[in-house]
Amino acid sequence: MWIAVLAGSLGCYLEKLLGYLLPPAMLENPTTRRVFGLMPVALLAALVAVQTFASGTSLTLDARVAGLAVAIVALLLRAPFLAVVILAGVTAAGLRALGWAS
Amino acid sequence: MQETSRRQIHAKAVSIAVATGAYALSFGAISVSTGLDVWQTQALSLLMFTGASQFAFVGIVGAGGGLVAAVLTAWLLGARNSMYAVGLSPILDLRGVRRLIGAQATIDESTAMALAHPEPRESSRYAFWMTGLWIYVLWNLGTLIGALSAEAIGDPSVLGLDAATAAALLALLWPRLKDRQMWAVALAAAGVAVVLTPVLQPGLPVLAAALVALAAGTLSGRRRTT
Repeated sequence: MWIAVLAGSLGCYLEKLLGYLLPPAMLENPTTRRVFGLMPVALLAALVAVQTFASGTSLTLDARVAGLAVAIVALLLRAPFLAVVILAGVTAAGLRALGWAS
Repeated sequence: MQETSRRQIHAKAVSIAVATGAYALSFGAISVSTGLDVWQTQALSLLMFTGASQFAFVGIVGAGGGLVAAVLTAWLLGARNSMYAVGLSPILDLRGVRRLIGAQATIDESTAMALAHPEPRESSRYAFWMTGLWIYVLWNLGTLIGALSAEAIGDPSVLGLDAATAAALLALLWPRLKDRQMWAVALAAAGVAVVLTPVLQPGLPVLAAALVALAAGTLSGRRRTT
């Protein structure tokens, strides 16, 4: 785990530093810019989907879906980040405590 | 530069940092609940210091996705910081040690603040440094408090922290969904990840979804040039 933590961290730091060191022309081509701009959107969306529906290699519908639905409503209502996270967690935990969802 | 505008920038930087400190609370708690210890959690905030990569890292580890997939996803998410650095480089004009420190402070919020105060150049630099430094302090403080609290509570599944992780990632995604292309890429990527979940090892479906960004970015450019 420590190796992964340090390798991940070092890579993320070097990415930041690289932008200051490389000649700007190398990263300024429009396709590169677009891909870099879309990358976080694709990865975060995929992570949300997997975090909500995947249990290992199977797909399930459980209390997490209700948590996510509540999070979406909270985001639409412009709730602050921490409120969104807590509401989703409390929703899932509550449904499990009541035995209404796994 | 006038004193008032400097004070205003400082106040804004602090308020952004307080808000991100609150994300950090949830990051610390989620990270400990997925099996990292308090030190590893704190190391991510001190050294990686880029929120989306950190949430992705612990999310994939927690889902049993393997450490290689977690590291690769964190790197891919951190790649946007290179772009920020390219944009900031001529404004900040960093040299030597300041460049090494400034690189670590190059994140979503500090970049946005620097670019939001373009004139004079000095206020742009001030906005970058104040936002970066305040966030660094409060992000790490929030992480520590969140991690220690989660450790004290013990069984995290009671708190619905798996659902909280999904919500945290969604809240990071939300402000980026500004136009139709972003929505299309997000939905396609989510679809790819779900479809591949039963056939690939955990962690890999997310990496496969990165290809959606690659394809969309390359193809939309080609369409525009023809």
